[in-house]
Amino acid sequence: MSEGRLELVCPAGTPAALRSAVDAGADAVYLGLRDETNARNFPGLNFTPDELRGALQYARPRGCRVFVAINTFPAAGRPGPWHRAVDLAAELGVDAVILADIGLLDYAARRHPALRRHLSVQASASNPEAIRFYHDAFGIRRVVLPRVLTLSEIAALNAAVPVETEVFAFGGMCVMAEGRCALSSYATGKSPNTCGVCSPASHVRYEPRGDTLVVRLGEFTIDAFGAGVPAGYPTLCKGRFRAGGRAGHLFEEPTSLNVAGLLPELAAAGVRALKIEGRQRGRAYVARVVAAFRRAVDAAARGEAVEAADLSGLSEGGRATSGAYREAWR
Amino acid sequence: MSAGTPPPAKLTLGPLLFNWPAEARRDFYFRIADEAPFDSVCLGEVVCSKRAPLFERFLPAVTDRLARAGKEVVRSTLALVMSPQEMAEQRAIATDGGGLVEANDLGCAALLHGRPHAIGPFVNVYNEGTLGVLAARGAVRVSLPFELSGETLRTLAAAAGATELEVQVFGRVPLAVSARCYHARLHDLPKSACRFVCDRDADGLTVETLDGAPFLAMNGTQTLSYTLGRLTGELAELSALGIRRFRLSPHRIDMAAVATAYRDLLDGRAEAAEAEARLDRLAPFAPAANGFWHGAEGARRIAAAQNAE
Repeated sequence: MSEGRLELVCPAGTPAALRSAVDAGADAVYLGLRDETNARNFPGLNFTPDELRGALQYARPRGCRVFVAINTFPAAGRPGPWHRAVDLAAELGVDAVILADIGLLDYAARRHPALRRHLSVQASASNPEAIRFYHDAFGIRRVVLPRVLTLSEIAALNAAVPVETEVFAFGGMCVMAEGRCALSSYATGKSPNTCGVCSPASHVRYEPRGDTLVVRLGEFTIDAFGAGVPAGYPTLCKGRFRAGGRAGHLFEEPTSLNVAGLLPELAAAGVRALKIEGRQRGRAYVARVVAAFRRAVDAAARGEAVEAADLSGLSEGGRATSGAYREAWR
Repeated sequence: MSAGTPPPAKLTLGPLLFNWPAEARRDFYFRIADEAPFDSVCLGEVVCSKRAPLFERFLPAVTDRLARAGKEVVRSTLALVMSPQEMAEQRAIATDGGGLVEANDLGCAALLHGRPHAIGPFVNVYNEGTLGVLAARGAVRVSLPFELSGETLRTLAAAAGATELEVQVFGRVPLAVSARCYHARLHDLPKSACRFVCDRDADGLTVETLDGAPFLAMNGTQTLSYTLGRLTGELAELSALGIRRFRLSPHRIDMAAVATAYRDLLDGRAEAAEAEARLDRLAPFAPAANGFWHGAEGARRIAAAQNAE
């Protein structure tokens, strides 16, 4: 990898998506094991231990690193699955584990000091003091920054921390500080932090009412659409509600983050890596997004103008935002 | 350990989450100092750093009055720390050498490393591994996250050792925090020029579903439950687990009377049913819920009878 070029970290929800990401030019892929130890614990997703071995065999010879996300918070009294996931990652020699829980970071640092540790966005480390804590206590080498910071905050932070930073570049965007949101838990009883699912499909129901399709999450209506209006996956914070005499997207529109237009600024801010969200996405999506960002990152590294990657068809609701990176988002 | 009665249960008044006028806030705390049976009172802005200066001028007098009334004053810090100014304010609180500081961000906990401090409910403590690390770094008290079930609390209590655990038993439940201000957004204002519109909703602004069911409460950058999280009958079980400190979260109601209802319940002067009836009267603005305790939807209220099945 050339000096100074942003590293492209890409999602792999399945072995097929992993091959697509590697073939499209990912510098690294991240994936989870098929259980509650990762924050995309959806049916039909993720990797068995054998599939993880296969992933390493496919990615490594092609110059692509493999990170394993073990980024939910272990259940009290039952740390076994999380400890075994870390042990397996160490045994197979993955390039890094992505962790959020303090107890699990402590376990990994003591048991497998040579295993590279990244701090998950789920840890919500949003300032230099917090990041230094995870560095000093557990030797993390990289932090995935929460999607709450502006570009200038990121630049100031990079000057103050002893670790690499990775930021979200494209895909679904939490409007709440990650790892600190119990909205879905309040409506469904399933905690994103411990179960790895937000607004789980098991709790979503579509109810036709006249010409309207009402979307329910647990007992609560979170959106409603006219007949024939395309609707994305219903996520609680991107639903429509009423308050103060107004109705609408009170928290966030159903948009996707896209920083393709900000790559020179992110590099100048000292960011090391870009993360593409979407382990729940299919291989075609992954191939297209990774290829577009590969071109954009390479162009930016050559000092060329970056064409705003045409990914609008892949964005949630067909709309894109630069999110919190621009102050006005707040 | 000698047999006998356990130490008396203690009550903490959590930090005020809402943006009340400074004078109203001062008078509220004066009354708490003079009349409410709290053992500890948390002061400090945990939701939005823009609000903190509004109360600054009354902080010394309030701190003094609470301390003279024999209440432990705890300084609670911001839950989501982003800007250099927020870091500087957090550092000032963490290093001023005063009373106990409750860290709601790991950065603050790091500043307190090696000396006795508290960990607030906005820090993710889900398991005994994390609890052990924080205790080893100097946490003497941990106020646990709001969504933990009774079963999880049981495991944590068994592992807590000398670290005192606290559980919130009254008040709207904080569910999320964001860099974005929803009050400002609702009023078409940028956060940087928000005109402090969050001060219009003393207990948060009700967020309804499109079909009119109350769901959440908006409080600036914070989102809370519409329901009032409330544990009453469950206190006996919590006490049996060894959890003997309970947090009540301030609302614009008679919090001295709320504290007295809990004190009577804990001291055996009132049964749970009587306490519940008193709390229903004192806090009529939203129904109670206890789903998180049962490992269920936080919005639900599950009767004790079902609990016994």
